[in-house]
Amino acid sequence: MTLTVFWIFGVMAIASALLCITRRNPVSSALWLVVTLFALAAMFVLLDAQFIAALQVLVYAGAIMVLFLFVIMLLNLGRPGPTDIKGPAGVAIAAVLAGLLMFQLRVLGSAPPPDAIQLPAGTLAELQTRQGMVGAVANPLFDAYLIPFELASLLLLAAIVGAVVLAKRKL
Amino acid sequence: MTFFIVASAIKVFVVFNLILVGVALLTLLERRVCAWMQDRLGPNRVGPQGILQPAADGLKNFLKEETSPAMADKALFTLAPLVSFVPALLTFGVIPFASPLPTPWGVVPMVVADLPIGFLYILAISSLGVYGIVLAGWASNNKYALLGGLRASAQMISYEIALGMSTVAVLLLAGNVTLSRVIAQQQHAHAWFIVPLTLSFVIFFVSALAETNRLPFDLPEAEAELIAGYHTEYSSMKFSMFYIAEYSNMVTASALMATLFFGGWDIPFTSWDSTGDPSVAKTVLTLIAFGLKTFVFLFTFIWVRWTLPRFRYDQLMALGWKVLLPLVLLYITVLAVAIWFLRMQLDWDYGPAMAYTLGGLNLILLVALVWWLDRGRIISGSVAEEAA
Repeated sequence: MTLTVFWIFGVMAIASALLCITRRNPVSSALWLVVTLFALAAMFVLLDAQFIAALQVLVYAGAIMVLFLFVIMLLNLGRPGPTDIKGPAGVAIAAVLAGLLMFQLRVLGSAPPPDAIQLPAGTLAELQTRQGMVGAVANPLFDAYLIPFELASLLLLAAIVGAVVLAKRKL
Repeated sequence: MTFFIVASAIKVFVVFNLILVGVALLTLLERRVCAWMQDRLGPNRVGPQGILQPAADGLKNFLKEETSPAMADKALFTLAPLVSFVPALLTFGVIPFASPLPTPWGVVPMVVADLPIGFLYILAISSLGVYGIVLAGWASNNKYALLGGLRASAQMISYEIALGMSTVAVLLLAGNVTLSRVIAQQQHAHAWFIVPLTLSFVIFFVSALAETNRLPFDLPEAEAELIAGYHTEYSSMKFSMFYIAEYSNMVTASALMATLFFGGWDIPFTSWDSTGDPSVAKTVLTLIAFGLKTFVFLFTFIWVRWTLPRFRYDQLMALGWKVLLPLVLLYITVLAVAIWFLRMQLDWDYGPAMAYTLGGLNLILLVALVWWLDRGRIISGSVAEEAA
Protein backbone atom coordinates (compact mmCIF):
# COMPACT_ATOMS: atom_id res chain seq x y z
CA MET A 1 0.00 0.00 0.00
CA THR A 2 2.61 2.55 1.15
CA LEU A 3 4.93 1.40 -1.61
CA THR A 4 2.24 1.91 -4.27
CA VAL A 5 1.58 5.43 -3.02
CA PHE A 6 5.32 6.08 -2.99
CA TRP A 7 5.68 5.00 -6.60
CA ILE A 8 2.70 7.05 -7.74
CA PHE A 9 4.03 10.24 -6.19
CA GLY A 10 7.65 9.47 -7.01
CA VAL A 11 6.88 9.09 -10.71
CA MET A 12 4.67 12.16 -10.51
CA ALA A 13 7.45 14.23 -8.93
CA ILE A 14 10.06 13.20 -11.50
CA ALA A 15 7.75 13.54 -14.50
CA SER A 16 6.52 16.98 -13.49
CA ALA A 17 10.07 18.11 -12.68
CA LEU A 18 11.10 17.07 -16.21
CA LEU A 19 8.11 18.88 -17.69
CA CYS A 20 8.98 21.93 -15.59
CA ILE A 21 12.40 22.32 -17.19
CA THR A 22 11.36 21.43 -20.74
CA ARG A 23 8.20 23.58 -21.19
CA ARG A 24 8.77 26.75 -23.17
CA ASN A 25 5.89 28.61 -21.59
CA PRO A 26 6.99 30.08 -18.20
CA VAL A 27 3.49 29.73 -16.72
CA SER A 28 3.37 26.01 -17.54
CA SER A 29 6.84 25.54 -16.07
CA ALA A 30 5.77 27.25 -12.85
CA LEU A 31 2.66 25.07 -12.65
CA TRP A 32 4.61 21.85 -13.17
CA LEU A 33 6.93 22.98 -10.39
CA VAL A 34 3.84 23.32 -8.16
CA VAL A 35 2.90 19.73 -9.01
CA THR A 36 6.45 18.62 -8.12
CA LEU A 37 6.27 20.38 -4.76
CA PHE A 38 2.90 18.81 -4.10
CA ALA A 39 4.22 15.33 -4.88
CA LEU A 40 7.15 15.98 -2.52
CA ALA A 41 4.66 16.94 0.20
CA ALA A 42 3.01 13.56 -0.32
CA MET A 43 6.47 11.97 0.21
CA PHE A 44 6.78 13.78 3.53
CA VAL A 45 3.40 12.38 4.58
CA LEU A 46 4.66 8.89 3.73
CA LEU A 47 7.67 9.57 5.98
CA ASP A 48 5.30 10.45 8.87
CA ALA A 49 6.35 14.10 8.67
CA GLN A 50 2.89 15.54 8.11
CA PHE A 51 3.76 18.89 9.63
CA ILE A 52 6.60 19.34 7.13
CA ALA A 53 4.22 18.27 4.35
CA ALA A 54 1.67 20.92 5.35
CA LEU A 55 4.39 23.57 5.51
CA GLN A 56 5.72 22.46 2.13
CA VAL A 57 2.32 23.02 0.54
CA LEU A 58 1.57 26.16 2.56
CA VAL A 59 4.88 27.94 2.03
CA TYR A 60 6.26 26.67 -1.27
CA ALA A 61 3.23 25.66 -3.31
CA GLY A 62 0.83 28.15 -1.75
CA ALA A 63 2.92 31.28 -1.33
CA ILE A 64 6.30 31.28 -3.07
CA MET A 65 5.04 29.80 -6.33
CA VAL A 66 2.13 32.23 -6.36
CA LEU A 67 4.69 35.03 -6.16
CA PHE A 68 6.60 33.43 -9.06
CA LEU A 69 3.39 33.42 -11.11
CA PHE A 70 2.71 36.98 -9.99
CA VAL A 71 6.05 38.16 -11.34
CA ILE A 72 5.65 36.18 -14.58
CA MET A 73 2.26 37.74 -15.12
CA LEU A 74 3.37 41.22 -14.08
CA LEU A 75 6.19 41.20 -16.62
CA ASN A 76 3.84 39.51 -19.11
CA LEU A 77 6.38 36.79 -19.86
CA GLY A 78 3.60 34.27 -20.22
CA ARG A 79 3.68 33.71 -23.97
CA PRO A 80 5.98 30.95 -25.24
CA GLY A 81 9.34 32.28 -26.42
CA PRO A 82 12.25 30.69 -28.28
CA THR A 83 13.78 27.64 -26.63
CA ASP A 84 16.72 28.37 -24.37
CA ILE A 85 18.07 24.84 -24.04
CA LYS A 86 21.82 25.13 -24.59
CA GLY A 87 23.74 23.34 -27.36
CA PRO A 88 25.65 20.00 -27.23
CA ALA A 89 28.33 21.36 -24.86
CA GLY A 90 25.66 22.39 -22.34
CA VAL A 91 23.95 19.00 -22.59
CA ALA A 92 27.28 17.21 -22.07
CA ILE A 93 28.13 19.26 -18.96
CA ALA A 94 24.63 18.72 -17.59
CA ALA A 95 24.91 14.95 -18.19
CA VAL A 96 28.28 14.80 -16.36
CA LEU A 97 26.91 16.79 -13.41
CA ALA A 98 23.78 14.61 -13.31
CA GLY A 99 25.96 11.47 -13.29
CA LEU A 100 28.03 12.90 -10.44
CA LEU A 101 24.87 13.64 -8.48
CA MET A 102 23.55 10.12 -9.04
CA PHE A 103 26.87 8.69 -7.83
CA GLN A 104 26.76 10.85 -4.70
CA LEU A 105 23.20 9.76 -4.00
CA ARG A 106 24.21 6.09 -4.39
CA VAL A 107 27.12 6.52 -1.96
CA LEU A 108 24.95 8.37 0.54
CA GLY A 109 22.17 5.81 0.16
CA SER A 110 24.43 2.84 0.92
CA ALA A 111 26.08 4.47 3.98
CA PRO A 112 24.03 4.43 7.19
CA PRO A 113 23.06 7.88 8.51
CA PRO A 114 25.19 9.12 11.46
CA ASP A 115 24.01 8.17 14.95
CA ALA A 116 23.54 11.82 15.93
CA ILE A 117 20.52 12.26 13.67
CA GLN A 118 19.00 8.84 14.32
CA LEU A 119 16.22 8.10 16.78
CA PRO A 120 15.59 4.61 18.14
CA ALA A 121 12.74 2.88 16.29
CA GLY A 122 9.26 3.82 17.52
CA THR A 123 10.31 6.94 19.45
CA LEU A 124 9.07 9.23 16.70
CA ALA A 125 5.46 8.01 16.90
CA GLU A 126 5.60 8.16 20.70
CA LEU A 127 7.01 11.69 20.56
CA GLN A 128 4.28 12.80 18.19
CA THR A 129 1.46 11.47 20.35
CA ARG A 130 2.96 13.10 23.43
CA GLN A 131 3.82 16.52 22.01
CA GLY A 132 1.60 16.70 18.93
CA MET A 133 2.79 16.98 15.33
CA VAL A 134 3.97 20.56 15.75
CA GLY A 135 5.51 20.10 19.18
CA ALA A 136 7.74 17.31 17.91
CA VAL A 137 9.34 19.78 15.49
CA ALA A 138 9.08 22.91 17.62
CA ASN A 139 10.66 21.61 20.82
CA PRO A 140 14.10 20.77 19.40
CA LEU A 141 13.96 23.86 17.17
CA PHE A 142 13.46 26.30 20.04
CA ASP A 143 15.45 24.36 22.59
CA ALA A 144 18.53 22.47 21.45
CA TYR A 145 18.90 24.28 18.12
CA LEU A 146 17.85 27.77 19.20
CA ILE A 147 21.09 29.52 18.23
CA PRO A 148 21.30 28.04 14.68
CA PHE A 149 17.62 28.84 14.23
CA GLU A 150 18.09 32.47 15.25
CA LEU A 151 21.18 32.75 13.04
CA ALA A 152 19.18 31.45 10.08
CA SER A 153 16.46 34.00 10.72
CA LEU A 154 19.06 36.78 10.93
CA LEU A 155 20.44 35.64 7.59
CA LEU A 156 16.96 35.73 6.05
CA LEU A 157 16.34 39.17 7.53
CA ALA A 158 19.59 40.43 5.99
CA ALA A 159 18.51 38.97 2.64
CA ILE A 160 15.13 40.74 2.87
CA VAL A 161 16.74 44.08 3.70
CA GLY A 162 19.21 43.58 0.86
CA ALA A 163 16.43 42.79 -1.61
CA VAL A 164 14.49 45.90 -0.59
CA VAL A 165 17.59 48.10 -0.92
CA LEU A 166 18.41 46.64 -4.36
CA ALA A 167 14.85 46.94 -5.62
CA LYS A 168 14.25 50.43 -4.30
CA ARG A 169 17.23 52.65 -5.05
CA LYS A 170 15.53 55.72 -3.67
CA LEU A 171 14.15 54.96 -0.22
CA MET B 1 -10.70 -1.74 8.47
CA THR B 2 -13.72 -2.41 6.23
CA PHE B 3 -15.90 -0.56 8.72
CA PHE B 4 -13.52 2.41 8.65
CA ILE B 5 -13.55 2.53 4.85
CA VAL B 6 -17.34 2.21 4.61
CA ALA B 7 -17.91 4.81 7.34
CA SER B 8 -15.43 7.20 5.73
CA ALA B 9 -16.98 6.79 2.31
CA ILE B 10 -20.45 7.55 3.70
CA LYS B 11 -19.11 10.59 5.55
CA VAL B 12 -17.35 11.91 2.43
CA PHE B 13 -20.52 11.44 0.38
CA VAL B 14 -22.77 13.13 2.94
CA VAL B 15 -20.42 16.05 3.68
CA PHE B 16 -19.74 16.68 -0.01
CA ASN B 17 -23.43 16.79 -0.86
CA LEU B 18 -24.35 18.82 2.21
CA ILE B 19 -21.79 21.45 1.25
CA LEU B 20 -23.01 21.63 -2.33
CA VAL B 21 -26.66 21.88 -1.25
CA GLY B 22 -25.67 24.40 1.42
CA VAL B 23 -23.82 26.48 -1.18
CA ALA B 24 -26.88 26.43 -3.45
CA LEU B 25 -29.13 27.60 -0.62
CA LEU B 26 -26.52 30.17 0.35
CA THR B 27 -26.73 31.85 -3.06
CA LEU B 28 -30.47 32.17 -2.52
CA LEU B 29 -29.95 33.43 1.02
CA GLU B 30 -27.51 36.03 -0.26
CA ARG B 31 -30.01 37.39 -2.75
CA ARG B 32 -32.91 37.30 -0.31
CA VAL B 33 -30.93 39.01 2.48
CA CYS B 34 -29.65 41.59 0.03
CA ALA B 35 -33.19 42.28 -1.13
CA TRP B 36 -34.37 42.48 2.45
CA MET B 37 -31.65 44.99 3.32
CA GLN B 38 -32.51 47.07 0.27
CA ASP B 39 -36.25 46.93 1.02
CA ARG B 40 -37.30 44.81 -1.96
CA LEU B 41 -38.50 41.23 -2.31
CA GLY B 42 -35.76 39.35 -4.12
CA PRO B 43 -36.29 36.08 -6.01
CA ASN B 44 -39.49 34.51 -4.62
CA ARG B 45 -41.21 33.05 -7.72
CA VAL B 46 -39.68 29.57 -8.07
CA GLY B 47 -41.14 27.38 -5.37
CA PRO B 48 -42.31 28.61 -1.94
CA GLN B 49 -40.28 31.70 -0.98
CA GLY B 50 -38.06 31.05 -4.00
CA ILE B 51 -36.54 27.93 -2.44
CA LEU B 52 -36.13 26.28 -5.86
CA GLN B 53 -34.35 29.30 -7.36
CA PRO B 54 -30.87 27.68 -6.99
CA ALA B 55 -32.12 24.64 -8.93
CA ALA B 56 -33.38 26.91 -11.70
CA ASP B 57 -30.06 28.77 -11.71
CA GLY B 58 -28.14 25.51 -11.88
CA LEU B 59 -30.23 24.31 -14.81
CA LYS B 60 -29.70 27.62 -16.57
CA ASN B 61 -25.95 27.39 -16.09
CA PHE B 62 -25.84 23.85 -17.48
CA LEU B 63 -27.84 24.76 -20.57
CA LYS B 64 -26.17 28.06 -21.38
CA GLU B 65 -23.82 28.29 -24.34
CA GLU B 66 -20.21 28.01 -23.32
CA THR B 67 -18.07 30.75 -24.81
CA SER B 68 -14.36 30.30 -25.27
CA PRO B 69 -12.23 33.34 -26.12
CA ALA B 70 -10.24 32.88 -29.34
CA MET B 71 -6.91 34.07 -27.93
CA ALA B 72 -7.19 32.25 -24.59
CA ASP B 73 -4.80 29.53 -23.49
CA LYS B 74 -7.27 26.65 -23.92
CA ALA B 75 -5.80 24.13 -21.47
CA LEU B 76 -5.26 26.57 -18.60
CA PHE B 77 -8.57 28.31 -19.32
CA THR B 78 -10.35 24.98 -18.68
CA LEU B 79 -8.11 24.01 -15.78
CA ALA B 80 -8.58 27.25 -13.81
CA PRO B 81 -12.18 26.69 -12.57
CA LEU B 82 -11.24 23.15 -11.50
CA VAL B 83 -8.21 24.36 -9.57
CA SER B 84 -10.32 26.81 -7.63
CA PHE B 85 -13.20 24.33 -7.14
CA VAL B 86 -11.34 21.28 -5.81
CA PRO B 87 -9.37 22.86 -2.90
CA ALA B 88 -12.49 24.75 -1.83
CA LEU B 89 -14.33 21.44 -1.35
CA LEU B 90 -11.36 19.57 0.15
CA THR B 91 -10.83 21.87 3.11
CA PHE B 92 -13.98 20.99 5.03
CA GLY B 93 -12.69 17.45 5.56
CA VAL B 94 -10.85 18.09 8.84
CA ILE B 95 -13.58 20.04 10.64
CA PRO B 96 -15.46 17.99 13.28
CA PHE B 97 -19.16 18.75 12.91
CA ALA B 98 -20.84 16.75 15.71
CA SER B 99 -20.12 14.50 18.69
CA PRO B 100 -19.24 10.87 17.84
CA LEU B 101 -22.12 8.76 16.55
CA PRO B 102 -22.67 5.28 18.04
CA THR B 103 -23.55 2.58 15.51
CA PRO B 104 -24.01 -1.18 15.99
CA TRP B 105 -20.51 -1.68 14.53
CA GLY B 106 -18.65 0.89 16.61
CA VAL B 107 -18.42 4.59 17.39
CA VAL B 108 -17.90 6.83 14.37
CA PRO B 109 -16.21 10.20 14.93
CA MET B 110 -18.16 12.88 13.10
CA VAL B 111 -15.28 14.26 11.08
CA VAL B 112 -14.14 13.04 7.68
CA ALA B 113 -10.46 12.90 8.67
CA ASP B 114 -9.18 14.16 12.01
CA LEU B 115 -5.66 14.84 10.76
CA PRO B 116 -2.89 15.42 13.31
CA ILE B 117 -2.00 18.64 11.46
CA GLY B 118 -5.56 19.96 11.85
CA PHE B 119 -6.08 23.49 10.68
CA LEU B 120 -2.65 23.66 9.05
CA TYR B 121 -4.18 21.36 6.44
CA ILE B 122 -6.95 23.89 5.84
CA LEU B 123 -4.45 26.74 5.51
CA ALA B 124 -2.27 24.68 3.15
CA ILE B 125 -5.04 23.46 0.85
CA SER B 126 -6.92 26.76 0.75
CA SER B 127 -3.68 28.52 -0.21
CA LEU B 128 -3.79 26.44 -3.42
CA GLY B 129 -7.17 27.90 -4.35
CA VAL B 130 -5.56 31.16 -5.44
CA TYR B 131 -4.06 29.37 -8.46
CA GLY B 132 -7.53 29.01 -9.96
CA ILE B 133 -8.10 32.75 -9.82
CA VAL B 134 -4.61 33.67 -11.02
CA LEU B 135 -4.73 31.21 -13.91
CA ALA B 136 -8.21 32.29 -14.92
CA GLY B 137 -6.98 35.86 -15.06
CA TRP B 138 -3.91 34.99 -17.08
CA ALA B 139 -5.38 32.38 -19.43
CA SER B 140 -8.31 34.57 -20.47
CA ASN B 141 -5.87 36.86 -22.29
CA ASN B 142 -7.90 39.86 -21.24
CA LYS B 143 -6.45 42.91 -19.50
CA TYR B 144 -9.27 43.22 -16.97
CA ALA B 145 -9.06 39.54 -16.10
CA LEU B 146 -5.26 39.79 -15.77
CA LEU B 147 -5.58 42.72 -13.38
CA GLY B 148 -8.09 40.72 -11.36
CA GLY B 149 -5.70 37.77 -11.20
CA LEU B 150 -2.79 39.98 -10.15
CA ARG B 151 -4.85 41.60 -7.43
CA ALA B 152 -6.05 38.22 -6.19
CA SER B 153 -2.56 36.77 -5.88
CA ALA B 154 -1.18 39.79 -4.00
CA GLN B 155 -4.22 40.08 -1.77
CA MET B 156 -4.50 36.43 -0.83
CA ILE B 157 -0.81 36.08 0.01
CA SER B 158 -0.87 39.24 2.13
CA TYR B 159 -3.88 38.24 4.15
CA GLU B 160 -2.84 34.61 4.46
CA ILE B 161 -0.03 35.82 6.73
CA ALA B 162 -2.36 37.68 9.08
CA LEU B 163 -4.79 34.74 9.01
CA GLY B 164 -2.09 32.21 9.81
CA MET B 165 -0.59 34.36 12.55
CA SER B 166 -3.95 34.87 14.25
CA THR B 167 -4.31 31.10 14.59
CA VAL B 168 -0.97 31.03 16.43
CA ALA B 169 -2.82 32.52 19.40
CA VAL B 170 -5.16 29.50 19.38
CA LEU B 171 -2.12 27.25 19.24
CA LEU B 172 -0.66 29.00 22.31
CA LEU B 173 -3.73 28.12 24.38
CA ALA B 174 -4.68 24.76 22.90
CA GLY B 175 -1.12 23.47 22.52
CA ASN B 176 -2.28 21.39 19.57
CA VAL B 177 -3.36 21.97 15.99
CA THR B 178 -5.72 18.97 15.81
CA LEU B 179 -9.21 20.42 15.63
CA SER B 180 -10.83 17.73 17.81
CA ARG B 181 -8.32 18.57 20.57
CA VAL B 182 -8.96 22.29 20.16
CA ILE B 183 -12.68 21.65 20.66
CA ALA B 184 -12.09 19.30 23.61
CA GLN B 185 -9.98 21.93 25.36
CA GLN B 186 -12.73 24.53 25.03
CA GLN B 187 -15.36 22.05 26.23
CA HIS B 188 -13.57 20.84 29.31
CA ALA B 189 -12.67 24.35 30.44
CA HIS B 190 -16.21 25.63 29.81
CA ALA B 191 -14.66 28.67 28.16
CA TRP B 192 -14.64 29.16 24.40
CA PHE B 193 -11.53 30.71 22.94
CA ILE B 194 -13.49 33.80 21.91
CA VAL B 195 -13.13 35.04 25.52
CA PRO B 196 -9.34 34.83 25.92
CA LEU B 197 -8.60 35.45 22.22
CA THR B 198 -11.09 38.15 21.20
CA LEU B 199 -8.60 40.23 19.27
CA SER B 200 -7.28 37.17 17.48
CA PHE B 201 -10.83 36.42 16.35
CA VAL B 202 -11.27 39.97 15.03
CA ILE B 203 -8.09 39.67 12.98
CA PHE B 204 -9.08 36.20 11.78
CA PHE B 205 -12.49 37.43 10.67
CA VAL B 206 -11.11 40.41 8.73
CA SER B 207 -8.49 38.22 7.07
CA ALA B 208 -11.10 35.58 6.25
CA LEU B 209 -13.16 38.22 4.44
CA ALA B 210 -10.10 39.06 2.35
CA GLU B 211 -9.15 35.40 1.79
CA THR B 212 -12.61 34.51 0.49
CA ASN B 213 -12.61 37.59 -1.77
CA ARG B 214 -15.76 38.95 -0.19
CA LEU B 215 -16.75 42.56 0.11
CA PRO B 216 -15.32 44.91 1.35
CA PHE B 217 -12.23 43.15 -0.05
CA ASP B 218 -13.54 41.78 -3.35
CA LEU B 219 -11.00 43.75 -5.38
CA PRO B 220 -10.17 40.80 -7.72
CA GLU B 221 -13.65 41.08 -9.24
CA ALA B 222 -14.50 44.71 -8.46
CA GLU B 223 -17.18 45.24 -11.09
CA ALA B 224 -16.93 49.02 -11.00
CA GLU B 225 -13.31 48.86 -12.16
CA LEU B 226 -12.69 45.46 -13.76
CA ILE B 227 -16.04 44.37 -15.28
CA ALA B 228 -15.99 41.05 -13.39
CA GLY B 229 -12.25 40.68 -12.81
CA TYR B 230 -10.75 37.23 -13.23
CA HIS B 231 -13.96 35.56 -14.44
CA THR B 232 -14.86 38.17 -17.06
CA GLU B 233 -14.44 35.66 -19.90
CA TYR B 234 -16.17 32.73 -18.20
CA SER B 235 -19.68 31.57 -18.92
CA SER B 236 -22.12 28.77 -18.05
CA MET B 237 -20.88 26.01 -15.72
CA LYS B 238 -17.27 27.21 -15.64
CA PHE B 239 -18.43 30.52 -14.21
CA SER B 240 -20.65 28.62 -11.82
CA MET B 241 -17.68 26.64 -10.53
CA PHE B 242 -15.93 29.85 -9.45
CA TYR B 243 -19.13 30.84 -7.75
CA ILE B 244 -19.45 27.52 -5.90
CA ALA B 245 -15.78 27.72 -4.90
CA GLU B 246 -16.27 31.18 -3.40
CA TYR B 247 -19.27 30.10 -1.39
CA SER B 248 -17.78 26.84 -0.17
CA ASN B 249 -14.71 28.78 0.95
CA MET B 250 -17.13 30.92 2.92
CA VAL B 251 -18.70 27.82 4.48
CA THR B 252 -15.28 26.46 5.49
CA ALA B 253 -14.14 29.82 6.88
CA SER B 254 -17.34 30.11 8.92
CA ALA B 255 -17.04 26.55 10.18
CA LEU B 256 -13.41 27.15 11.08
CA MET B 257 -14.27 30.29 13.03
CA ALA B 258 -16.98 28.37 14.89
CA THR B 259 -14.49 25.60 15.66
CA LEU B 260 -11.48 27.65 16.68
CA PHE B 261 -13.19 30.37 18.67
CA PHE B 262 -16.73 29.22 19.49
CA GLY B 263 -16.26 25.67 20.71
CA GLY B 264 -17.13 23.83 17.50
CA TRP B 265 -20.04 21.47 18.14
CA ASP B 266 -20.04 22.21 21.88
CA ILE B 267 -23.44 23.11 23.35
CA PRO B 268 -22.88 25.99 25.81
CA PHE B 269 -23.63 25.87 29.56
CA THR B 270 -23.74 22.09 29.78
CA SER B 271 -21.22 19.29 29.82
CA TRP B 272 -23.86 16.72 28.86
CA ASP B 273 -22.73 16.72 25.23
CA SER B 274 -19.05 15.95 25.86
CA THR B 275 -19.20 13.53 28.80
CA GLY B 276 -20.68 10.06 29.16
CA ASP B 277 -21.49 7.61 26.41
CA PRO B 278 -22.10 8.84 22.87
CA SER B 279 -25.72 8.75 21.79
CA VAL B 280 -27.71 9.59 18.67
CA ALA B 281 -29.48 12.46 20.46
CA LYS B 282 -26.15 14.02 21.35
CA THR B 283 -24.93 13.75 17.77
CA VAL B 284 -28.08 15.36 16.38
CA LEU B 285 -28.14 18.20 18.92
CA THR B 286 -24.44 18.98 18.60
CA LEU B 287 -24.81 18.93 14.83
CA ILE B 288 -27.57 21.54 15.18
CA ALA B 289 -25.37 23.62 17.51
CA PHE B 290 -22.51 23.50 15.00
CA GLY B 291 -24.85 24.34 12.13
CA LEU B 292 -26.28 27.33 13.98
CA LYS B 293 -22.84 28.73 14.80
CA THR B 294 -21.69 28.32 11.22
CA PHE B 295 -24.89 29.90 9.96
CA VAL B 296 -24.37 32.97 12.15
CA PHE B 297 -21.00 33.58 10.50
CA LEU B 298 -22.35 32.93 7.03
CA PHE B 299 -25.07 35.46 7.68
CA THR B 300 -22.45 37.93 8.94
CA PHE B 301 -20.48 37.47 5.71
CA ILE B 302 -23.61 38.38 3.71
CA TRP B 303 -24.52 41.17 6.10
CA VAL B 304 -21.05 42.74 5.76
CA ARG B 305 -21.23 42.47 1.98
CA TRP B 306 -24.40 44.52 1.69
CA THR B 307 -23.37 47.05 4.35
CA LEU B 308 -19.81 48.15 3.64
CA PRO B 309 -18.44 49.87 0.52
CA ARG B 310 -15.43 48.40 -1.29
CA PHE B 311 -11.93 49.37 -0.20
CA ARG B 312 -9.47 50.95 -2.61
CA TYR B 313 -6.65 48.62 -3.58
CA ASP B 314 -3.88 50.59 -1.84
CA GLN B 315 -6.05 50.77 1.29
CA LEU B 316 -6.43 47.00 1.20
CA MET B 317 -2.68 46.45 0.98
CA ALA B 318 -1.97 49.08 3.65
CA LEU B 319 -4.48 47.43 5.99
CA GLY B 320 -2.93 44.02 5.46
CA TRP B 321 0.74 44.89 5.79
CA LYS B 322 0.80 48.03 7.91
CA VAL B 323 -2.05 47.36 10.33
CA LEU B 324 -3.00 43.69 10.61
CA LEU B 325 0.48 42.15 10.44
CA PRO B 326 2.19 44.41 13.06
CA LEU B 327 -0.96 44.18 15.17
CA VAL B 328 -1.04 40.39 15.18
CA LEU B 329 2.69 40.16 15.91
CA LEU B 330 2.36 42.55 18.83
CA TYR B 331 -0.72 40.72 20.06
CA ILE B 332 0.97 37.32 20.00
CA THR B 333 3.92 38.72 21.94
CA VAL B 334 1.69 40.22 24.63
CA LEU B 335 -0.48 37.12 24.79
CA ALA B 336 2.47 34.74 24.98
CA VAL B 337 3.91 36.70 27.90
CA ALA B 338 0.53 36.69 29.66
CA ILE B 339 0.04 32.96 29.13
CA TRP B 340 3.61 32.24 30.26
CA PHE B 341 3.03 34.27 33.42
CA LEU B 342 -0.28 32.56 34.24
CA ARG B 343 0.94 29.05 33.41
CA MET B 344 4.50 29.08 34.68
CA GLN B 345 4.46 31.64 37.48
CA LEU B 346 0.97 31.16 38.92
CA ASP B 347 0.63 27.50 37.87
CA TRP B 348 -2.81 27.94 36.35
CA ASP B 349 -4.38 25.49 33.92
CA TYR B 350 -6.67 26.60 31.13
CA GLY B 351 -10.09 27.12 32.74
CA PRO B 352 -12.69 29.84 33.31
CA ALA B 353 -10.37 31.85 35.60
CA MET B 354 -7.56 31.95 33.05
CA ALA B 355 -10.00 32.57 30.19
CA TYR B 356 -11.59 35.58 31.88
CA THR B 357 -8.24 37.01 33.01
CA LEU B 358 -7.00 36.87 29.42
CA GLY B 359 -10.42 38.13 28.33
CA GLY B 360 -9.89 41.25 30.44
CA LEU B 361 -6.52 41.79 28.80
CA ASN B 362 -8.15 41.38 25.39
CA LEU B 363 -10.85 43.87 26.26
CA ILE B 364 -8.24 46.49 27.13
CA LEU B 365 -6.33 45.80 23.90
CA LEU B 366 -9.52 45.86 21.85
CA VAL B 367 -10.62 49.21 23.27
CA ALA B 368 -7.14 50.62 22.63
CA LEU B 369 -7.25 49.29 19.06
CA VAL B 370 -10.68 50.74 18.30
CA TRP B 371 -9.61 54.07 19.80
CA TRP B 372 -6.51 54.06 17.61
CA LEU B 373 -8.41 53.06 14.46
CA ASP B 374 -11.01 55.74 15.03
CA ARG B 375 -8.68 58.64 14.29
CA GLY B 376 -9.59 58.78 10.64
CA ARG B 377 -6.22 57.52 9.49
CA ILE B 378 -7.05 54.14 8.05
CA ILE B 379 -10.29 54.93 6.31
CA SER B 380 -9.06 58.09 4.58
CA GLY B 381 -6.14 56.17 3.10
CA SER B 382 -2.55 56.97 2.29
CA VAL B 383 -3.22 59.39 -0.58
CA ALA B 384 -5.26 61.75 1.56
CA GLU B 385 -2.54 61.58 4.18
CA GLU B 386 0.12 62.63 1.68
CA ALA B 387 -2.03 65.46 0.40
CA ALA B 388 -2.62 66.81 3.89
